[in-house]
Amino acid sequence: MVFLFYFLSAIMVISALLVVFSKSPINNVIYLIICFIAMAGHYILLNAQFLAVVHIIVYTGAIMVLFLFVVMLLNLNKAIIPQKSAAARVLAVVTGGIFFLVLLAATRQTFVINPRYAFTSEIGLVANVGKTLFHEFLLPFEISSVLFISAMVGAVMFGKRDHAAGED
Amino acid sequence: MNEITSAIQLIPLQHYIILSVTLFSIGMMGVLFRRNIIAILMCLELMFNSANLLLAAFSAYHSDPSGQVFVFFIMIVAAAEVAVGLSIVVMMKRNVESVDINLLNRLKW
Repeated sequence: MVFLFYFLSAIMVISALLVVFSKSPINNVIYLIICFIAMAGHYILLNAQFLAVVHIIVYTGAIMVLFLFVVMLLNLNKAIIPQKSAAARVLAVVTGGIFFLVLLAATRQTFVINPRYAFTSEIGLVANVGKTLFHEFLLPFEISSVLFISAMVGAVMFGKRDHAAGED
Repeated sequence: MNEITSAIQLIPLQHYIILSVTLFSIGMMGVLFRRNIIAILMCLELMFNSANLLLAAFSAYHSDPSGQVFVFFIMIVAAAEVAVGLSIVVMMKRNVESVDINLLNRLKW
């Protein structure tokens, strides 16, 4: 099972790198889907079964399909994909590498975790997450519906064709 | 099944931290690397997810479900963000016929 962790991590890192470096937008979306499926495997390893299912449904099922749909709607192909200059790309890789080293150095100090509760493999089950969600986090849960309504209104507003400006 | 549920006791938390730091750095590198606005949005999703993974890992190691509820809320925010962001992309493509972020440099001033 420890092998599974490193296997999924390798898949995630490689497909994340391919998301950055592959040129075609369709390939980017497919690699990101692979990365997210591997992440769902990580959630299962962490005993977060509810999160794994929600992650598959929301990210792979909804968000990435939305991305795929927009890529097809805009009819993007390689000829019109803008590329940064070589110097800017090298600088981006160097900056990312330095940022990685800084974060790694910052988190390198091992710290001891003293869990408040005894280890149990059942915290991620729907029953336990649902209890926490609807006892302690009920108000934020309700407020998030307001966020969704405003996001929906905003998306419709942006998506509507502006007739007054589009006449010229 | 028992092997899977007890696997996290064998993996040090440090490895989860290193994994999500790696993913976050790759996402940030992608934001700097690409000029295509859709690819930049995808790299943002990658950074969101590295934070989610770390929250879930700490939650599992502390045996406290609050962290997983927080990941759930981050997923809600990410879904709203992607819907608005992609509609902005569609609007931008309709108005300037491109997905190049350099055409948006007027927003700097």
